[in-house]
Amino acid sequence: MRFDLTVNGSKRTVDVDPDTPLLWALRDELNLTGTKFGCGIAACGSCTVYLDGEPTRSCQTMVEDVGEAKVTTIDALSGKPAEAVQAAWRELDVPQCGYCQSGQIMAAAALLNENAKPSDEDINDAMDGNVCRCVSYHRIRKAIHRAAELMEA
Amino acid sequence: MNFFVPQNVSKPSRRGFLIAAGGTTAGLMIGSNLSLGTAEAAKTAEGAFNPFVIIAPDSTVTVLSKHLDKGQGAATGLATLVAEELDASWDQMHVEFAPANAKLYNNLQWGPYQGTGGSSAIANSYTQYRSAGAAAKEMLVAAAAKAWGVPAGEIKVEMGKISHSSGKSGTFGEFAAAASAMPVPEKPALKSPDQFAYIGKSFPRLDVKGKTEGAPIFALDVKRENMLVATIARSPKFGGTVKSFDATEAKKVNGVVDVIQIPAGIAVVAKSTWPALKGREALTIEWDFSKAETRSSDQLFEEYRELAGKPGKVFRSTGDAEAALAKADKVVEGDFEFPFLAHAPMEPHDVVIEFDGKTADIWTGSQLQTVDQYVTSKTLGIELPNVNIHTVWAGGSFGRRAIYDSHIVGEAAQLAKAWGKKQPLKIVWSREDDIKGGYYRPMYVHRVKAGLDADGNVIAWHHRIVGQSILTGTPFEALLVKDGIDHSSVEGVTNIAYDIPNMHGELHTVKVGVPVLWWRAVGHTHTAFVVETMIDDLAKAAGKDPVEFRMGLLKKKPRHMGALKLAAEKAGWGSDAPEGRFRGVAVHESFSSYVAEIAEISTSEDGEYKVERVVCAVDCGVAVNPDNIAAQMEGGLGYGLGHAMRNEITLTDGEVDQANFDTYEPMRISDMPNVETYIVPSTEAPTGVGEPGTPPVAPAVSNAIFAATGTRWRRLPFTKNEGTGS
Ligand code: FES
Ligand code: FES
Repeated sequence: MRFDLTVNGSKRTVDVDPDTPLLWALRDELNLTGTKFGCGIAACGSCTVYLDGEPTRSCQTMVEDVGEAKVTTIDALSGKPAEAVQAAWRELDVPQCGYCQSGQIMAAAALLNENAKPSDEDINDAMDGNVCRCVSYHRIRKAIHRAAELMEA
Repeated sequence: MNFFVPQNVSKPSRRGFLIAAGGTTAGLMIGSNLSLGTAEAAKTAEGAFNPFVIIAPDSTVTVLSKHLDKGQGAATGLATLVAEELDASWDQMHVEFAPANAKLYNNLQWGPYQGTGGSSAIANSYTQYRSAGAAAKEMLVAAAAKAWGVPAGEIKVEMGKISHSSGKSGTFGEFAAAASAMPVPEKPALKSPDQFAYIGKSFPRLDVKGKTEGAPIFALDVKRENMLVATIARSPKFGGTVKSFDATEAKKVNGVVDVIQIPAGIAVVAKSTWPALKGREALTIEWDFSKAETRSSDQLFEEYRELAGKPGKVFRSTGDAEAALAKADKVVEGDFEFPFLAHAPMEPHDVVIEFDGKTADIWTGSQLQTVDQYVTSKTLGIELPNVNIHTVWAGGSFGRRAIYDSHIVGEAAQLAKAWGKKQPLKIVWSREDDIKGGYYRPMYVHRVKAGLDADGNVIAWHHRIVGQSILTGTPFEALLVKDGIDHSSVEGVTNIAYDIPNMHGELHTVKVGVPVLWWRAVGHTHTAFVVETMIDDLAKAAGKDPVEFRMGLLKKKPRHMGALKLAAEKAGWGSDAPEGRFRGVAVHESFSSYVAEIAEISTSEDGEYKVERVVCAVDCGVAVNPDNIAAQMEGGLGYGLGHAMRNEITLTDGEVDQANFDTYEPMRISDMPNVETYIVPSTEAPTGVGEPGTPPVAPAVSNAIFAATGTRWRRLPFTKNEGTGS
């Protein structure tokens, strides 16, 4: 079946079964590989994209349910919080293997978008769904605080 | 993993570091006798040595990393070594993975194998990569001297600039082609440590930018023209085989192209990933479990416990432990249990393979390139040099990608052979495939008895270990299993750091049909826990402070002492812990690095605990990149902590009970303590940091719990102990 999607600001059409997770439509059909596969059951956050700005697990979002929602992926992430997050991530060398980091960055930028000065508690709440098997959490926490500073400046 | 013994060390060759370059790209390829400036080309360089450095006309310095980088920063580390001796500027540095070629890119600690593991990447490459950089610099200087008509000795190289006092200056790129025609320095001079500009300072990792943008650097991101995607249904019990299968429903799934039986199971080949996963769900398979492992983990533990009561094979005997125990003033005993553990790297396994009947090309996060090549060549019936491994960045490993039987790549080769068409295939594993897929850290049971004399001196230690051997039955058995003792079962006990006059160790190696593998820090993951909690119990029995008690037993181990002292000082050991906080300490050497950790926990009335802070001190010789060392300590101890808190793989009638991150619940950010890492200053040769941060954390936490509650947790994960609030 054909579905019209709005992805990173452009109209894209995918021809897949309706139950295809958005994750695989993005990766396999649209060649947007920044969004990663980690669990397929909404337990790790690697596949985080935005639907109308809301962080969403693309492995558990079927293509037929996307509808008119605007899809944003790491491949085209932009805006002040996102840039601050990426800059802080680089400054503090957050990534190890890097495989989880697309999802981490999507989640962190969404947090800063809502809350420009998050506390450690806020960070735990917003980021607990994003697994990092390399355990870069210590730096993720520091980098989110640093990104908040960068946004202020 | 320390699966290749270093006895077979081959010395870095002094010969042939720098040979001609030029050719189409007019680049300078250091260490190879090729005239081509690309990494791919180097694979044809039979007989060449150490092709590690390419300099392009635009002055980009490409370092060819012979090691996989699966998150530990090895690629950046190798680039640092080259940049140091080359006096390059950091922004001209670039790193790529070298092609598979054991002659050129072998691990110098392992002999004739290319591979990464045992925290050896920097250790084995330290002189090799520095020499490659130094040689390149000498050739650039010689070329500039000739062009400018000045003595080479008057030329300076600084931050990627070549200059002379006359005011002449140039870039690396300008001289790259000419430099390649210069004679090869026999022994390039290396800097002394006081001249270091890079080593010992923290330069940003070269891979970080891409990793913040979702760059397509992993095998899952590899796309070849016309590529199909496959999943494989494997036996739910280890050792089971396919009796019969029905693919009718699977073939009805839109996008499924074919269903093929291979030795590994039933493969579903599809146009893309989702139909490959869905098609597999629709398969009906009848399995033959007649040769499968069908025991439950409870039953295995029962059997292990029973064996722990009986004498085993002696792996260490010093003095007379039994007699000393009989005379001891106080005896401390402990029974310890450790579960199977999955590595669960963040990127589930994936391999892309293209086979045209003669040559196979493979894209994967290859950790043992030589073994991957060997298994593929045998499976496909082609010559080993016709297997091209394109190593790509790996989304974690923790040991899981370094597989003695290369079964992940091997299955891909099985399928490519059965498929029989040139069309490329990507084999994708789901998380369930990974968690249920075996190759675990083995289960272990330890039984220990130790005795103190009336003055509180440890006079006896009797230690029994029961568990599977990782290496018995593998091609590495001959190398690493000596007289029935697999070193990886006993490391950390057999070489216990503490000075104990009467020490006796025995091992029972059991046979279980579950494939097992090295898991970040291998044997130390259980031995450090046992030794460090026993020592804590002994300190308590002797009425001594745990740090002081350890110091007394480590007099002949200055590097253990140095790390312990630094951690104690930085953690404020000796002063009171903050209100409601309790501290525990552990120190352990693994992979020749010495790590002390002090965990600070808080507890609540319902028996919950939280690890608030970990102070870590590490002695890993020369600290090549201190910030990366800190990152590895944070990650290594976090990895150990998460598993100690709540992870186990259990079996019911041979089937794995866990499936995904809902039932194998990973460490999350809210579990993460604040970590402070301190590095012991050292001029010793650098040693690894990927693994050594892991072993001390679980015992440090158990010791803090003990300090808080007086209860000793000896079963892993901690949720298995009384009073864990779970
Ligand atoms: S892949 Fe979607 S949450 Fe893990
Ligand atoms: S950086 Fe490897 S999983 Fe997060």
